[in-house]
Amino acid sequence: MTIAPSLSRQQPVSSTHPGPLLKVEDLSIEFGPEGTAVRVVEGVSFSIDAGAAVGIVGESGSGKSMTSLAVMGLIPSPPGRIATGRILFEGVDLLGLPRSRMPEIRGRDIAMIFQEPMSSLNPVMTIGDQIGEAIKLHEKMGREERRQRIIELLKLVGIPDPERRLGAYPHQFSGGMRQRVMIAMAVACNPKLLIADEPTTALDVTIQAQVLELMHKIRRTLNTTILLISHDLGVIADICERVIVMYAGKVVEDADVKTIFRSPKHPYTRGLLQSIPRLKDENTRLYQIPGMVPLPGTIKQGCPFFPRCPDRIDKCARETPPLLEITSQQKAACWVSAGATS
Amino acid sequence: MNIAVTGDDLVVVRDVGKTFSEAGGLVFGRSQPSVRAVDGASFEVKRGETLALVGESGCGKSTLGRLLLRLIDASEGEIAIDGVDILRLSSNDMRQMRARVQMIFQDPYGSLSPRRSVAKIIAEPLEIFGLVQTRKQRRDRVAELMIQVGLSPTFMDRYPRQFSGGQRQRIGIARAIAVDPQFIVADEPVSALDVSVQAQIVNLMQDLQKSRGFSYLFIAHDLSVVRHIADRVAVMYLGRIVEIGPKKRIYDFPSHPYTQALLSAVPEPDPETRKSRIILKGDVPSPANVPTGCSFHTRCPIVQPVCRTERPPLVETASRHLAACHFAKPHPIPL
Repeated sequence: MTIAPSLSRQQPVSSTHPGPLLKVEDLSIEFGPEGTAVRVVEGVSFSIDAGAAVGIVGESGSGKSMTSLAVMGLIPSPPGRIATGRILFEGVDLLGLPRSRMPEIRGRDIAMIFQEPMSSLNPVMTIGDQIGEAIKLHEKMGREERRQRIIELLKLVGIPDPERRLGAYPHQFSGGMRQRVMIAMAVACNPKLLIADEPTTALDVTIQAQVLELMHKIRRTLNTTILLISHDLGVIADICERVIVMYAGKVVEDADVKTIFRSPKHPYTRGLLQSIPRLKDENTRLYQIPGMVPLPGTIKQGCPFFPRCPDRIDKCARETPPLLEITSQQKAACWVSAGATS
Repeated sequence: MNIAVTGDDLVVVRDVGKTFSEAGGLVFGRSQPSVRAVDGASFEVKRGETLALVGESGCGKSTLGRLLLRLIDASEGEIAIDGVDILRLSSNDMRQMRARVQMIFQDPYGSLSPRRSVAKIIAEPLEIFGLVQTRKQRRDRVAELMIQVGLSPTFMDRYPRQFSGGQRQRIGIARAIAVDPQFIVADEPVSALDVSVQAQIVNLMQDLQKSRGFSYLFIAHDLSVVRHIADRVAVMYLGRIVEIGPKKRIYDFPSHPYTQALLSAVPEPDPETRKSRIILKGDVPSPANVPTGCSFHTRCPIVQPVCRTERPPLVETASRHLAACHFAKPHPIPL
């Protein structure tokens, strides 16, 4: 299969901007009326270099999806509000931009794919028109040229017989095929950053395997930077080189993927890794982290994992640990891992 | 008809099938094609055993689970529970049988009535079967059950919405075990839960089975969870059981190419093992239009001409390990 020049044009590995492609600094997101607002994301900082694939893992309510929506400028407001922080994309603070500028960036520079492709596609528009709309918005190109581009995109994501299929409607596709269409739409303008929020969670395992292969192919052919949000460490290990672990609205660990699996430093990461059932191990008893995730806003002081932590010390109840550097490859928000003893 | 029951077998299923056919719609007047949701299912569930039923969306695993409890009626076949052919029971006798068979549902949000307190929800089966007489008896029994599933009885007058997903699943489990059943069909009981909560519920389900000795039919799509909870595994594809056997055999020597592909597709949470996946082509065909011959032949990586015309029977490839493939070969998948 040949990919036309318009698609194979790769992102330059080092763009004109010298720093990381995306830098999130001290991001806090609140919901509810001011004064009684609940913080669902608190003081989140991380950065992603151009060309990297980074995963954010966490359970329900960890704030992982809210963080990614904030990068897209899609926090529903009201009731949501970005309370603190900066989101620097190629050095420009997206939060400082006038609202009218965001649609320009969404789709062209940053694109997103969601978990449920059916609810993100327009049911009364052909998929060709939907992909075309994304292109029309950001690029000047004639009708026929655009049609060719749509066909190339459908080929790239592995939709068979694309010339005929571009006139089909979303309901005529299976779940896996719809997710391919979503990916085609997302990469239509060759974005620099692709945010994928649970892209395979609604799919069966054999279809998930196909979509994961496709994500690898997108990375290889377009050199897109990927931010993958998932609850599934298996999916993250498959795609990403680095992983950020979130718990109760905070980043608790940030490390390259091999390090985190080999020697997790935050007790929550350790518990999470131990509680995953594994295919190759039939030890019948699963490890369980005692207790439950705290409700947002209920932990006012100290480490959010403190009530469930097997390694806690007195200091953990009093002071919230910042994300501390353990090695150059690994950061963890844990007093004990950082060497505190009382 | 007689169903041979050995002492070990609690549930015996023989040639059970279900065809859903829909009459022509009122508005469009077109008759829908009939769907063969389950076809020729035969297996046993032993006392105290967990049989896992795995497969992808639309393979018929949930329908089969419901057939076993007669929540929907089978089109043909025989189902015996503890020697009783349930398909021949009158509705009155079936109601009595329901004290011995229970169900746990996937969605702890949708399966609990939002308007009833937890005490009412858990006590409902106790009252239906006349197991409690007085209000005090009822509250004591509910408290006992709540403790057994790891909930504090002080919450018994609260409503489901005041509980988290994991706690709601505990409520569903308490209700299921209230009448002391022999057989529980659990339909994807942990797939809506977060990983850390999932571990708690899997452990709870195993502990309860150990102390009470009932059998599970554990319906799931997650092969890693199944590895932890099952004794035996049955794999379904397009309404048919394509492989069944002891867990160790299925995971170590899967014999059907579909089982092999399923196992190889699971992304392992370990970045150092890059396994070579068998990537199946295309999607599962519609159950309204099942391919001829072996229904897997449209996606099978080792398909031969015979597969398109002849349906392979489920035959033993090793002791108690059966596969429905003309070219079934035990083939370890590097996991």
